[in-house]
Amino acid sequence: MIRTLVYTALSGTVLFSATAAANSYKTGAEIQQYIDTLTEMGFPAPEEDQLVHIPPTMEDLEEADIHPKLKQTIRRGYDLFTNTQQLRGENVFNNMNCSSCHLGEGRMPFSAPIWPAAVTLPDFRGKNGHVNSLEERIAGCFAYSMNGEPPAYGSDDMLALSAYHQWLASGVEMYPKQDIYGRGFPAPDRPEQLSYSNGEKLYQQKCAVCHSEDGSGLRVDNQTVYPALWGDMSNNWGAGMVRIFTAAGFIKNNMPLGQPNSLSDQEAWDIAYYMDNQERPQDPRYTGDVEETAEMFNNFHQHSMYGKDSAGDGGLLGDHENTGDKPFLKPFNVGVPRNFEGNTD
Amino acid sequence: MRKLSITLAALGLATQAGLAQAAPEGDPEKGKQAATMCTACHQADGSGKHVEGGESWPRLAGLNAEYIAKQLHDFKSGKRQNASMMPFANMLSDQQIADVSAYYAQMDATPGQGGENASEAVLKRGEQIAERGDWSEYVVSCKSCHGPDSRGAGATFPGIAGQHAGYIKAQLKAWQEGSRSNDPQNLMGAVAKRMSNEDIHAVAVWLANQSPVAE
Repeated sequence: MIRTLVYTALSGTVLFSATAAANSYKTGAEIQQYIDTLTEMGFPAPEEDQLVHIPPTMEDLEEADIHPKLKQTIRRGYDLFTNTQQLRGENVFNNMNCSSCHLGEGRMPFSAPIWPAAVTLPDFRGKNGHVNSLEERIAGCFAYSMNGEPPAYGSDDMLALSAYHQWLASGVEMYPKQDIYGRGFPAPDRPEQLSYSNGEKLYQQKCAVCHSEDGSGLRVDNQTVYPALWGDMSNNWGAGMVRIFTAAGFIKNNMPLGQPNSLSDQEAWDIAYYMDNQERPQDPRYTGDVEETAEMFNNFHQHSMYGKDSAGDGGLLGDHENTGDKPFLKPFNVGVPRNFEGNTD
Repeated sequence: MRKLSITLAALGLATQAGLAQAAPEGDPEKGKQAATMCTACHQADGSGKHVEGGESWPRLAGLNAEYIAKQLHDFKSGKRQNASMMPFANMLSDQQIADVSAYYAQMDATPGQGGENASEAVLKRGEQIAERGDWSEYVVSCKSCHGPDSRGAGATFPGIAGQHAGYIKAQLKAWQEGSRSNDPQNLMGAVAKRMSNEDIHAVAVWLANQSPVAE
């Protein structure tokens, strides 16, 4: 039973040496199956010494030798992750589910798999400038991507979501030293020029059939089928997806659904650029002045169109007080510092 | 943002108006008359029929009108090829296509057939494909496009829950072989090509056993 693999390249053949893990659900052959599929779909093969992990599925959970109460908790976490809309009006104020961005239920390489959070946190995070726990990281998604208010730290829902993350990571060592294969939404190289008009044309040709011409997506029976890409029902200006490179990486690696890597790098970037030139709910870190906010969080917003003139209608993007359906600006977890400077070593 | 919402809403309305102008309004009453030639296969109640080992006739009752109309137009133009359907589609005018589509769309959906004798293990696999997909093969779930419980999403993605197993199977195979390719941007074709025969069977029988409407 092998599940954590370190790849070594030898004479063009990818081989792996396996480290046995007690908590294992995928065999070496099963992991190879994923790698073969991914490379067939145009993704790179693992590089030498990258950490390759394929998380267990919900089918594996059924078979797992763990306490039935833990299984229930993980199932609840899975349910929240894939149907986050059940928290609508309480923790979620837009049309997003966690799984809207983290495809394959948070399990897939190149689609921001979520298990790395469980083995790399607590760690320092540049976005808020302090050491974040797993719960705090999840809370970040609620504040920005879900345009919401996170479930309370230590709450049942937070426990369930954490358990789901950790279950997906089972078998991986804590604080791995190796680079992680397929982590995040690896972005293609940025082309020299980004074109709004080309992005718009491509969006209407290739994306609008699902996400609709106005970016509002599609809901059926009060459930999200296709998430909103901009507007009130999308993520707010503080979400990672507003960084053009993140959206370009997501699009290149995942869209159209079922056809990853089918768009050229230029196409993926142009569509991302077009999306980022549209309006969305205010960044919860807003100070009351968009230019000041963009400057204050320049390490983030240098990659987005927030606080800049739209290449579309020319208006200043993010210059509004609209928080979408969320009846407040700032959830409890935004802007809360943490430091241990008073401690002695 | 308020200004933006209004602009977006106006754009949405304009789009809908544009579609309405392009396609004539369907009249279900008139559609009923034009549909008399459809009943030999699709049955008077629109239920169609699962034909084991033969060509199954899809249930039309309760499907999205715009979806049915597009298929009929595609049969006519040859974009979707089917020897049985083409001559009938050719007999219909644009107005009759709209009428027939409206007629079948307003009918109560009937249960799917052909999944009755499937084993528990096969159904479980079918459920996995439909609800979660199998990412080890990069087969995405049915519901990610066909909507909650695969009961359909808008005019482009038809309800497939409660459709006959034989029909689902035949269509997936047609996409796989390339003999059906009238989906937008190869969205179905790309997935079907990645499916094994076993998985096509499993998902077809599981879907046939599901209710076509929310219970």
